[in-house]
Amino acid sequence: MSDYRIQGETGEWEVVIGLEVHAQVTSHSKLFSGASTTFGAEPNAQVSLIDAAMPGMLPVPNAECIRQAVRTGMAIEAQINKFSRFDRKNYFYADLPQGYQISQLYHPIVGEGSLVIEADEKAGIPQPKTIGIERIHVEQDAGKLMHDQHPTMSYVDLNRCGVALMEIVSMPHMTSPAEAGAYVRKLRSILRYVGSCDGNMEEGSMRADVNVSVRKVGAAELGTRTETKNVNSVRFVMAVIEQEARRQVDLIEEGGTVVQETRLYDPDKNETRSMRSKEDAHDYRYFPDPDLLPLELDDAFLEECRASLPELPDAKRARYTGELGLTDYNAAQLTAEVETFARFETLLAATASQLDKSGADVATQVANWTLSVAPGVLKSLGDEAQMEFNTAAANAAILKLVDAGTVSGGQAKEIYEIVLRTGREPDEIAETEGLKQQSDTGAIEAEIDKVLEANPDKVAEYRGGKDKLFGFFVGQTMKAMQGKANPQVINELLKAKLG
Amino acid sequence: MTDLTELGVAAIRDGVAKGDFTAREVAEAFNANVAAASALNAFIVTTPEKALEAAGAVDADRAAGKALGSMAGVPIGMKDLFATQGVQTTAASHILGGFVPPYESTVSSNLWAAGAGMLGKLNLDQFAMGSSNETSYFGNVISPWRSRDSNAELAPGGSSGGSSTAVSARLAPAATGTDTGGSIRQPAAFTGITGVKPTYGRCSRWGVVAFASSLDQAGPMARDIRDCAIMLGAMAGFDPKDSTSLDMPVPDWEAALNADLKGKKVGIPREYRMDGMDAEIEASWEQGKAWLRDAGAEIVDISLPHTKYALPAYYIIAPAEASSNLARYDGVRYGLRDLPEGAGLQDMYAATRAAGFGDEVKRRVLIGTYVLSAGFYDAYYTQAQKVRTLIARDFAEAFEQCDVILAPTTPSAAFPLGDKSDDPLSMYLNDVFAVPASLAGLPALSVPAGLTQSGLPLGLQIIGKAFDEQGVMNAGLAIEQRANFSAKPDRWWA
Amino acid sequence: MSVDKQTVAKIASLARIRMDDDELERMVPELNNILAWVEQLGEVDCSGVEPMTAVIPNTLRLRADVVDADPLTGGGIRDKVLANAPAPEHGFFGVPKVIE
Ligand SMILES: [Mg+2]
Ligand SMILES: [Zn+2]
Repeated sequence: MSDYRIQGETGEWEVVIGLEVHAQVTSHSKLFSGASTTFGAEPNAQVSLIDAAMPGMLPVPNAECIRQAVRTGMAIEAQINKFSRFDRKNYFYADLPQGYQISQLYHPIVGEGSLVIEADEKAGIPQPKTIGIERIHVEQDAGKLMHDQHPTMSYVDLNRCGVALMEIVSMPHMTSPAEAGAYVRKLRSILRYVGSCDGNMEEGSMRADVNVSVRKVGAAELGTRTETKNVNSVRFVMAVIEQEARRQVDLIEEGGTVVQETRLYDPDKNETRSMRSKEDAHDYRYFPDPDLLPLELDDAFLEECRASLPELPDAKRARYTGELGLTDYNAAQLTAEVETFARFETLLAATASQLDKSGADVATQVANWTLSVAPGVLKSLGDEAQMEFNTAAANAAILKLVDAGTVSGGQAKEIYEIVLRTGREPDEIAETEGLKQQSDTGAIEAEIDKVLEANPDKVAEYRGGKDKLFGFFVGQTMKAMQGKANPQVINELLKAKLG
Repeated sequence: MTDLTELGVAAIRDGVAKGDFTAREVAEAFNANVAAASALNAFIVTTPEKALEAAGAVDADRAAGKALGSMAGVPIGMKDLFATQGVQTTAASHILGGFVPPYESTVSSNLWAAGAGMLGKLNLDQFAMGSSNETSYFGNVISPWRSRDSNAELAPGGSSGGSSTAVSARLAPAATGTDTGGSIRQPAAFTGITGVKPTYGRCSRWGVVAFASSLDQAGPMARDIRDCAIMLGAMAGFDPKDSTSLDMPVPDWEAALNADLKGKKVGIPREYRMDGMDAEIEASWEQGKAWLRDAGAEIVDISLPHTKYALPAYYIIAPAEASSNLARYDGVRYGLRDLPEGAGLQDMYAATRAAGFGDEVKRRVLIGTYVLSAGFYDAYYTQAQKVRTLIARDFAEAFEQCDVILAPTTPSAAFPLGDKSDDPLSMYLNDVFAVPASLAGLPALSVPAGLTQSGLPLGLQIIGKAFDEQGVMNAGLAIEQRANFSAKPDRWWA
Repeated sequence: MSVDKQTVAKIASLARIRMDDDELERMVPELNNILAWVEQLGEVDCSGVEPMTAVIPNTLRLRADVVDADPLTGGGIRDKVLANAPAPEHGFFGVPKVIE
């Protein structure tokens, strides 16, 4: 239980949150028609006769959408229902040409599962927390209404109509905006790992219906909940919870009652308001779609789905800290996004092979390079970086130079910059640009001797116990070597000489 | 020269192939009959040019020595429930007024591919909801038949009443029908023609305006069994666009027709013998048994215990599905839009649907909405679907004891228009014998069995096992050969 | 169960069919007749019986994820989709203004 509380006039309140996340299934064509799902087409250009609900049109389900829902279910270790059905949810709205949405109420394709959100002390999540997922069902998206083009008309665009969605319904297990935010981020990460949804919230690929209720701290009964629809960013999800919980507490404390209703979030005003257009919401007259037979999945299909699952975020993080010996922080950073771990793993393989070492031996080096060094250089170069030169082979070659002590960390950055601008070979750059550090013990020793000779008082202080001065001698030596000495060699020699 | 409009599908196909007459001559003859029969109101739209165009193509193919399709040269009527590209398609409802589909239904396009031509779009009960063809926005269809005792206008049956009228009045050698709860068989029985409802899934529903999806099935209506076998062969077939389409080969039903029923068992369901059954219906049923026995079959008693509940189950399931299927008629994308001054979106829906739907459609949409609504779903809809399971189970058990089932098609001969239109329940009872096979998705047909005392046709129904259209049509053929039905209506309309 | 005028009005509103008082009045006995008749289904003992799902034993066939594989079920046909629209507007379907 998080310690998120709302201070009311009558005492402390806690909030109970459930999320219904609608995730667009990654597929080329729609759930029940062959029209394209590409984002941003001309209005009604990606609409089939089926999507427009012409008389006599019939749905035929897209195998890929079913497959992706099953894979997603497996990724949250949910029960996969070998028997499922599509139902019709009946209501009238201009974005719903059939007058019903084909969805799954009675027999969803995926049953109970769960995911774990990480501990985040700062956000008030002291320990990892398991959030239950009630179900995942597959359904059709609706079209879009535009209200601003005409003084008395709204315009209907059916391009999105019929695109496959997974509705991922959590249990009411979250008790703070931070937990809800972490849940959405974790879910997004899993979906992106699995490849079943691109997670692009700006384009509407993921939206959440946020169910919020409040109750007095310690009360057993759940309060009446409201559902705020189509919230399209993690930040807004958290804002909705804060606003809605506050509103409900104020309402109850003023003697009012919370009505179970559908609400809409206005990000400009940061407030939620009741949606009158959903008045029939309590009576959708669900029944099995008579155009579609029961969906039965065989073992071979399930086996294929399972075999195609990638390593998932939690397992990957555990392997990074366990097998690769990375810090918790690095492992978490590297596994958060698909692009990040993909870059890391490619570079790890290339580096290990170039160095003829095990992955574990070079993992920390590669992780630091991936998480901080490389992004820093890329950022400073901005548009000047030519990304086609940013190959794993080039990056690995630089890491090899570092590992051999041939170049310093600073030199590695300079070489990387040149690689990104020109595509030249790192070895050749190090050679011709003089970007190599001195590892020649004799030369370094000579400089150290000069430094110690010039600073007899400091040497005495050091020997008298002022350990901090060690850094001063290193710095002076490095300066004398114009920054090109191998710091490890300097350290070793200095230690020996200072005794 | 013979009157070409007296010929059926097989005779036209064979005559065209042999060169006895041209397809164009056939089309012209039927076009003329259609044009002269406006009093029957069988067509909503006539398309003589389409019939001529298809005939011209067949004649040209023949002249070029090309192979001809199974329906080559046969002009047909198309029930206005099938979407026809470029030709208005209304389901006989005002709400689809002026709707011209940019697509062709699978069944109609199969027929055109087989060489058939279109005489026009046939009238029907609005959205196929009705048993008398009195619910069409385009007016009643008048049966060509008249009782000996009266000149009252009679119902041609429904919902495929335009189809039954066109075939029996020789306006078309054959027509498409659709059967949700008897809509092929009952009008066929009323008009002295043959109609076949195949196994659910045989004919694609793609492009057919939906009434009740789990029941709707297209089928042929023609003069005899052979013509139906030919036409069904052209209509049927797997369609990947319909999830409920049967993925199995279409047999050559015509080639395998065989009226010898030796070794076959015909079941007589005792529950179909209802209290107060019409004596003439009962007599015709007895006659049917005798004919089938004569054809070599053994008659066995069977039981279909849940028969009584079929009709009430149907009147929950069909309206429930219809209430949802008809939600798309909202005035946004096609058809009628009624936008009262200052109306919002939801007002527009309500006004459009009020103006666009007829009374019977409204009644069924309301019933369907009610039985699916919160708190009533299980008591009505779930219970009805359970009863439907029991009805299907009854048939499965009965078919362990017999090959086909013989029953009357209807509880009476055709009734006068207006007779039952004020009492929905008595209208519904018309389909009491037809509905069970629909609920179980089984193939069934009606074949003419004779005339009543007052000179009106009666039909006998054969119901078969799933996929056994052949067995059904073979038994129908045995009756046909013995009934020797040759009566036809006097041509009072032209 | 039987319906009264208010219930019929509610159903008609759910079904989006405008009905004036006379029509509602007329519909009440009609619907009640039908409902009373279908309620005989309640007599049937259906314990242990599954509701019908597929009338002919058959399971759902899935299609391959290919865009516009069949022109009859694909997109890219805006003109056809809008051809019958009562109020086509710049490639959209026009409807009376919706306030959410
Ligand atoms: Mg929701
Ligand atoms: Zn949903």
